[in-house]
Amino acid sequence: MYQYDAHDQALVDQRVDQFRDQVARRLSGDLTEDQFKPLRLMNGLYLQLHAYMLRVAVPYGTLSGDQMRVLAHIARRYDRGYGHFTTRQNIQYNWIKLEEAPDILADMARVQMHAIQTSGNCIRNVTADPWAGVAPDEIEDPRVTAEILRQWSTLHPEFSFLPRKFKIAITGAPNDRAAVKVHDIGLRMHRDPDSGEAGYEVIVGGGLGRTPVIGKTIRRFLPKDHLLSYLEAIMRVYNAHGRRDNIYKARIKILVDALGIDAFRDQVEAEWQALKDGPLTVPAETYAAIRARFALPPYDEGLTGSVSTLRLDEAADPALARWIRANVAPHRVPGYGIVNVSLKAPGQIPGDATASQMERIADLADRYSLGEVRVTKDQNLVLPHVRLDDLPALWRALDAADLASPNVGLVSDIIACPGLDYCSLANARSIPLAQALSERFADMARAQDIGELHINISGCINACAHHHVGHIGILGVDQKGKELYQITLGGRSDDNATLGKVVGPAVPADRAVELIAGFVDTYLAIRHPGERFIDTVARTGTAPFKETLHAAA
Amino acid sequence: MPLLETGRRVRDRWTHLSDTDAPPDEAAPVTVSLARLTAERDALLARPGDLGVRLPNAAAVADLVGLLDGDTNRLGLIVLTFPAFKDGRAYTQARQLRETHGYRGSLRATGDVLRDQFFFMARCGIDAVEVDLPESAAEAAWRSALDEVRSVYQPAADGRTPIDVLRRHTAPGREVAA
Ligand code: SF4
Repeated sequence: MYQYDAHDQALVDQRVDQFRDQVARRLSGDLTEDQFKPLRLMNGLYLQLHAYMLRVAVPYGTLSGDQMRVLAHIARRYDRGYGHFTTRQNIQYNWIKLEEAPDILADMARVQMHAIQTSGNCIRNVTADPWAGVAPDEIEDPRVTAEILRQWSTLHPEFSFLPRKFKIAITGAPNDRAAVKVHDIGLRMHRDPDSGEAGYEVIVGGGLGRTPVIGKTIRRFLPKDHLLSYLEAIMRVYNAHGRRDNIYKARIKILVDALGIDAFRDQVEAEWQALKDGPLTVPAETYAAIRARFALPPYDEGLTGSVSTLRLDEAADPALARWIRANVAPHRVPGYGIVNVSLKAPGQIPGDATASQMERIADLADRYSLGEVRVTKDQNLVLPHVRLDDLPALWRALDAADLASPNVGLVSDIIACPGLDYCSLANARSIPLAQALSERFADMARAQDIGELHINISGCINACAHHHVGHIGILGVDQKGKELYQITLGGRSDDNATLGKVVGPAVPADRAVELIAGFVDTYLAIRHPGERFIDTVARTGTAPFKETLHAAA
Repeated sequence: MPLLETGRRVRDRWTHLSDTDAPPDEAAPVTVSLARLTAERDALLARPGDLGVRLPNAAAVADLVGLLDGDTNRLGLIVLTFPAFKDGRAYTQARQLRETHGYRGSLRATGDVLRDQFFFMARCGIDAVEVDLPESAAEAAWRSALDEVRSVYQPAADGRTPIDVLRRHTAPGREVAA
């Protein structure tokens, strides 16, 4: 993971002192809540239904074992013993006291962490492929770029009071594992077909929420040295022209849509001419210097094999074999695998981890994964560098902490926002429905037979759980005071990003569970060999599934 | 309301004319609205007294620059507006004026100006603020607000050296210049 130098550390330390002073001025009444609000938001502190919520940045989802231990410490000392990993690769604590927030930030700063710009109308924490640096299909490690973007966007002088929040995602591989098409800006690494040089496809104006939009390509190939000047030009056009009269129309997607991508591109190009080749140019030596700060301990040499060719002894240990098949992915280094750790045991709250689970993960990362952990947008964790011959021991240790559910990417790996249990914007609860569904699909052998299937549950139209791009999406709606759920089918966030289609009227929670069980049965009945749920929906459309609606009515 | 220029409390030497007021005299420094500057451009630029403009935050800087035949330094003061502190359009105007168009006169922030924005404003090249603070506290507020965060990552209009540049000049094997 990225190691701070003295400059990075100085900024974070100064920021803690600054926030301590701001909190003191709020507590003494020098600042009104209205004046304090943007300041606390820029430090990740929200006022929720019952208490303050603190959102801690996990830049591009990468953590060290030591950082994970501090997250556990915060859960235990300042919260109720657990934390919640989010779909933006961050962690949130739901029971924070304002007076203690500066101390928490100070504890984090000691391990090179912060909560800067995890909320507010600014450039948020940049997200990336959770398999960055280890995936075999990768062109370049996107975290180097993401760290350059983190630095550039931190306390940006011009872009800290944007029309609305701004989210950037980057993937370094052709297989998009960062959902770059549903972000305000998405970057996809490419090689220039002529020169072979790596650079970026720049996608703009994607997003979910009330008006879901798939992003559009504004530039097919941007050489790496122009990264910051070009993004600054996009941000500048947005800051000047994005709507500020209506919070629901303030995201960049609305501006891009109103102008049309071509006119928007022309404005960006005009602005870029003033910035290009100026002080924002990122020289190759900066990329190299940042990359060097990600250096890991060396891999063990002389190992061979990949998890895809590993011989699994099904008879001797079926549970281990099942876990390896579902949760371990191929690594670019021979003899290693990428271990996905499910935070979705049946009945568990998606993304929640207790302090002891976090400590367990930290210890296992130190022991088996070169001291590194990742957080995924699917609210799971990853141990990215595990020797294949360590898999059985690691599995036993995870199992003992209830962290070995063999369901990553499967039907019970449900993505859910906090919903009405915590969030003041919610129409409906997300967590109990996720728990009911994961219990309904608790049979792991059956889940593997069903195969890849993403269910996403958002408690309101803000779509924090990305329900539009769930293979099965569930949206909480409020109809005459009743908590109901609207179901969509066929959404996806990969390189073929698509928004799901609504099937049927909104239904109560128990009926939603029945319908989804019915959709899965329909799929099993009509799928072609080797066809995933999403492929079947793409082939047949929603019609056969709608029959389930009537049959079950 | 105190007016700070580069952190010092000063009396406003400018007269801010409505669209119908005549200037007090030929030599008096005056500001006018962008609309009036557009309508009376030649006469206003011909006056011997200093000229400033009050720029709405929705105005395009390029239009103002065009009106001045590309020379922003024909103005001595540009007044920027923050109708609400959350409305950050004037930060972009400030940087465009300073960095793209080489404006060297005074840039003054007015409207919903809060102490905790001074840092961002100063970085964008805003050197003067009208702020609702007690007269006695204003200068200290400016000083401490600018001093809270001293390390910056971005090149901007305030001349602070960004961290990446510091790093490149102190990289191992490199001489540190002076
Ligand atoms: S989707 Fe709605 S209910 Fe869920 S966390 Fe986001 S704002 Fe809250």
